[in-house]
Amino acid sequence: MKGINLMLKKILRCFGVALFFLIATSLSANAEFKVGFVYVGPTGDHGWTYQHHEGRNAVEAAGMKTTFVESVPEGADSERVIRQLAQSGHNIIFTTSFGYMNPTNKVAKDFPNVKFEHATGYIREHSNVSTYSARFYEGRTLLGHIAGKMTKTNTIGYIASFPIPEVIRGINSMTLAAQKVNPNIKTKIVWVFTWYDPGKEAEAAQALIDQGADVIMQHTDSTAAVQVAEKAGVWSFGQASDMQKFAPKSVLTSIIDDWAPYYVERSKAAKDGTWKQQDTWHGLKEGMVAMGPYNPAMGSALVKEVEQLQKDLASGKVHSFTGPIYDQKGNLLVAEGKTADDGMLAGMKVYVKGVEGKIPE
Amino acid sequence: MNIDLNFIGIIIAAVMASSVPLILAATGELIVERSGVLNLGVEGMIIIGAISGFAFMMSTESIVIAIFGAMFAGIIISLIFGFLTQTLLTLHVPTGLALTIFGIGVSAMLGKNFVGLPGKEIPVFFENLDKITFIGPILFGHSIIFYFAFVFPFFVYYFLKKTKMGLIVRAVGDSHHVATDQGINVILVRYLCIMFGGAMSGLAGAYLSLVYTPQWIENMSSGRGWIALALVVFATWNPLKVLVGALLFGSISILQLHMQAAGVRIPVQFLSALPYLLTILVLVVISRDDRKIKLNTPNSLGKTFYKEN
Repeated sequence: MKGINLMLKKILRCFGVALFFLIATSLSANAEFKVGFVYVGPTGDHGWTYQHHEGRNAVEAAGMKTTFVESVPEGADSERVIRQLAQSGHNIIFTTSFGYMNPTNKVAKDFPNVKFEHATGYIREHSNVSTYSARFYEGRTLLGHIAGKMTKTNTIGYIASFPIPEVIRGINSMTLAAQKVNPNIKTKIVWVFTWYDPGKEAEAAQALIDQGADVIMQHTDSTAAVQVAEKAGVWSFGQASDMQKFAPKSVLTSIIDDWAPYYVERSKAAKDGTWKQQDTWHGLKEGMVAMGPYNPAMGSALVKEVEQLQKDLASGKVHSFTGPIYDQKGNLLVAEGKTADDGMLAGMKVYVKGVEGKIPE
Repeated sequence: MNIDLNFIGIIIAAVMASSVPLILAATGELIVERSGVLNLGVEGMIIIGAISGFAFMMSTESIVIAIFGAMFAGIIISLIFGFLTQTLLTLHVPTGLALTIFGIGVSAMLGKNFVGLPGKEIPVFFENLDKITFIGPILFGHSIIFYFAFVFPFFVYYFLKKTKMGLIVRAVGDSHHVATDQGINVILVRYLCIMFGGAMSGLAGAYLSLVYTPQWIENMSSGRGWIALALVVFATWNPLKVLVGALLFGSISILQLHMQAAGVRIPVQFLSALPYLLTILVLVVISRDDRKIKLNTPNSLGKTFYKEN
């Protein structure tokens, strides 16, 4: 039945895509500088796509004309949308989901004069394709530090979406930081196998709280978990955007994806003709990962500590993955004094010591 | 031992809370199907109820207006389905599917201005009593919709089995031709049943956006309408079995989360698919048993009624 539902969504999206084509073709043949955006979700998800859309708004505010297409399914449909954007005179196109990787490169081949920017991907087959992502794990280090200090039950609950390196990296980064300030910490993980199902996220949060977690965090897109935490009187963190207003007492801080400066900079570069291919992985330093306001309930001493850590992470003085780091079986992953390189981070597939349970296959 | 008992109580309460929207939507759809109409638009009606309830709550701050507003919105959208299938005689299945697509789209459009707003607190009953061991969390500290969901199927059961109106609904669903010959206004009865289904789906949506996760997010029903449809078949069109089935489906989703949190290794994907597998199993079992089919399945289900002159 869920299959039918998915099919329906696809049909619905096709309608949207068709409508977009009609409008786009009727408006084409315009020589003005234009920036295109392709989103995987609705702009109203208040998470991933919402933040990309905020970035688009910033580009618009900087005086450039933009177009966006939302809820574009990954795969063949996305190729048509990207191609259409390129054809209708867009000069730079941001494709904001991992699954747009191959379509983006395919279209880029046929439009050498159009610049393409693909989020979270790693393939740059043509000189007009750049990739970019954010070091969200640096934010997770701060959450881990705070969680380790705030927990009374020594149990941190973590709602995870899909077992991919991005998510596992976050879990590990958080756990390592929490262990540093509190060696007795346990990380309990619930996999929900969705990016976005408020009901299920709420149920997962409740289950973790019922099992003794008094700090909750999530790698899913909705605000459901922080609301459950607020009701239950435990601590929580916002994900992707500032979620304090959903749970003013409970949310200690939020990891915020801030794409706006990057989008403005790259769009301007394309306009000026200074755009060059690059692979960007920005973090706290560049502000692509930002932190929401710290909750005063943390106490001023802890806030200061965390702010210092944030500075040190940004300056490179502290690295989230500094050895010695062991996996669950006790094998050494990163030697003492060393830090994990980007290749290892990008392909992370094991839990570090101290995380409970196994990664589902 | 006290602690354990309390913990079990908390889990049961979580299971019950998660099954509320399923019970409401499925009970509504059950009446619709009992009258011989197959409305696959449940998901669409739930999501319309969710946005309407949230919108009314934010603009009037009245829980009563929000709940009735959501039910009213559900009725309005179900009337579109009713008009198409009963008056214009379109086929039920494609019309219902269209209703779902329509509902998801319209709700996203209506909800544009409500995205990112935190919901309001909803009053709960006997909040202080939920500290009582075991029964506390199960019985107390819930919203009015919660209690309604667990009492209402009994009324629906009574309605179908014991009242004249219930008999009329069943008669219409079993054979619209015979019902017409008996002087029953088949179209009118079906219109009313469809509206009832719309109201219940709307209420289920209101529960999601007002109580369960108090906020509006696009597509927040995420497939519960389809589970409700499966549930009606699973329950073999019996309201009391809807109650049991909803709790069973609810416990599958809640228990798998608890088992994960407790570190028990289980195939998560398998458990997520279990409600559907169970429904298929029930379908297989009842299809093999003629008596069971005849007993409960509305014979005219999904058939278009052409009135003979």
